[in-house]
Amino acid sequence: MRVALFLTCVNDTLYPGTGRAVVKLLTRLGVEVDFPMAQTCCGQAHYNTGYRHGAEPLARHYAEVFGGYEAIVTPSGSCAAMVRELYPRLGARAAAEGRGGELARVLAPVVPKTYELTEFLVDVLGVVDVGAYYPHRVTYHPTCHGLRSLGLGDRPRRLLEAVRGLELVELPGAEECCGFGGTFAVKNPDVSAAMGLDKVRNAESTGAERLCAADNSCLMHLGGTMSRLRTGIEPVHLAEILAGTAADTGGDIEEAGV
Amino acid sequence: MSGTFVGMPAFPAAAREAVGDATLRANLRHATHTIRDKRARAVAELDDWAALREAGRRIKDHTLRHLDTYLVQLEESVTAAGGTVHWAADADEANAIVTELVRATGEREVVKVKSMATQEIGLNEALEEAGIRAYETDLAELIVQLGKDRPSHILVPAIHRNRGEIGAIFRREMAGWGRPAPEGLTDSPAELAEAARLHLREKFLRAKVGISGANFMVAETGTLVVLESEGNGRMCLTLPETLISVVGIEKVVPTWRDLEVFLQTLPRSSTAERMNPYTSTWTGTTDGDGPKTFHLVLLDNGRTDTLADEVGRQALRCIRCSACLNVCPVYERAGGHAYGSVYPGPIGAILSPQLRGMGSEIDRSLPFASSLCGACYEVCPVAIDIPEVLVHLRERVAEGGEVVRNGARITVRPAKGHAAERAAMRAAAWAFRRPGVLRTGQRLASGTRRLHPRRLPGPGRAWSASRELPEVPRESFRDWWQRTQGGPAEGSTK
Repeated sequence: MRVALFLTCVNDTLYPGTGRAVVKLLTRLGVEVDFPMAQTCCGQAHYNTGYRHGAEPLARHYAEVFGGYEAIVTPSGSCAAMVRELYPRLGARAAAEGRGGELARVLAPVVPKTYELTEFLVDVLGVVDVGAYYPHRVTYHPTCHGLRSLGLGDRPRRLLEAVRGLELVELPGAEECCGFGGTFAVKNPDVSAAMGLDKVRNAESTGAERLCAADNSCLMHLGGTMSRLRTGIEPVHLAEILAGTAADTGGDIEEAGV
Repeated sequence: MSGTFVGMPAFPAAAREAVGDATLRANLRHATHTIRDKRARAVAELDDWAALREAGRRIKDHTLRHLDTYLVQLEESVTAAGGTVHWAADADEANAIVTELVRATGEREVVKVKSMATQEIGLNEALEEAGIRAYETDLAELIVQLGKDRPSHILVPAIHRNRGEIGAIFRREMAGWGRPAPEGLTDSPAELAEAARLHLREKFLRAKVGISGANFMVAETGTLVVLESEGNGRMCLTLPETLISVVGIEKVVPTWRDLEVFLQTLPRSSTAERMNPYTSTWTGTTDGDGPKTFHLVLLDNGRTDTLADEVGRQALRCIRCSACLNVCPVYERAGGHAYGSVYPGPIGAILSPQLRGMGSEIDRSLPFASSLCGACYEVCPVAIDIPEVLVHLRERVAEGGEVVRNGARITVRPAKGHAAERAAMRAAAWAFRRPGVLRTGQRLASGTRRLHPRRLPGPGRAWSASRELPEVPRESFRDWWQRTQGGPAEGSTK
């Protein structure tokens, strides 16, 4: 099966390790991964900040770049939700503005083919045990878009539970937002920081060494908060846990040089 | 809306103060989490909750679609049942009508049922200017009124107060409004409730005029419905000789049968009860039973304008349950006052800017007072997609566009304060259509990574005051991919 990796602009620029982990993981599972070099950004930040018209060309660009693939996999719940939930809305709003159904038609093909990583693993590949080894105490934060927009449910948990060596500990108040929220983090910095702090305190209370999520933008906010507070807890993307194997020294994907 | 909120600072500034108030944070956290958990249990009991939610959505959408028809039907029914219907286009008109009606009775005081609509229009203040004293009789509203405070929650307006603060307010203020607090009143909830009961009872027995809102108005019979917990509403609705109800036009439902849905969803969403203790219904007037005179003031005050907006109109489905407030992580930390409106929380953030328009700082900042986490939409018993409307209203602030104000279609310009952001967004959209430009930017960032400051100056402080910046990697993913074609990497490339 040949699939495209939509890494997202944030991961491409700031978290290449997550991208390498997805490639390693999917390759190990027999999937042929392509990274179309023309890819950039899904337009989520534009859309959510009130620049819907600015998001339109980015959505068109996404549809153009990824239209030819059987499946598109992305290690970001919020970017997957942008495509699946909001691209149809972009099309509908354009039609409501009297611009006809052209945008909706252009965007339609990529909508059902775009999968968040855990959906692709569990639903499309039908695997829960990906053969990973990760000898750490981990707590999992289900991000809002994954939880409420995509309805990822227990997919991430099932994947984590099958990882050898991993001790999964329950995060109190797991379903509460971490306070990132894209431009919310800088438009309402005090509330955002207070939410982040509460999330971090909850993570600390579990005694976990790693705080795991399936979205690096939330982890950027939480990781930045944790290192400012010197909690000693490391943020880690779910893909990097699932990519690790016993062959990697210590199981840490970064140190192992994936 | 209420004059008490004029001149409010924009949300982020007001929220900053609340975030720093440890007592407020503790009060809100305790209260919202308690009711949030109870609501979840009350809702989980019903296996047809999703169907009830969908039915509620449809009834409201249908009614709003044919609002003109149902309002005229309601007017006919109320009139036929002996009531008098008045139409108020805005707050000033509604206040003038009510003031005149009270004056005509010759009374100088009125008792009030808890009502969002009368708070929205600032009725108490308007009556006071006319020399008429309005007594709030809902316990929480009483606390707010005695404390010269503002409500901070739709259902529990004094949610920001703990019982120590309430005891102090009662001991200090009750004497100025009527029967003083009992000697030696402590902070025990039972004693506080008894003090309120004694204080209010003399007002119930004396009042000749009652003022209420309504949760629902049934078009087919002209029946008004109030759901409450304390029984003070029942007193105000039955004891006075004259009853005046001020109700938003979106509160109409076509038939009694429609109530079947909302009488299940509202109490469970609101107070987390299977059924509220008191449901009062009245249809016009009845000889020898209850008020002899009944006036219904139908309030528009921005509702028709809101109805004209295809995306924003869903806010008019709201049944004021406040479930969205209780699950909102932003409300929990910022508190209700930061929203600068009698409608706080997620629903307030989409309702206030639509009802009032976006002429003020606070109204332009409200659509951004959310992380878009979606918890509000999940619990809404009439399925208002609050995040969708928030983003829609952000667009109105950032890009401008067509809106209806006072019945006329006008074009609003993009908000001034967003010029720099608009330019940045435009530049980003330009770059994101050109992968080569993105790559150049990434390489520039990577090449200078050792020079990046740990903390940002100016606007960047909004991030780095509380959080470290992410470290820029030596190599972007796309450069790694091009170098290795996704093959096994040589050494670490972090």
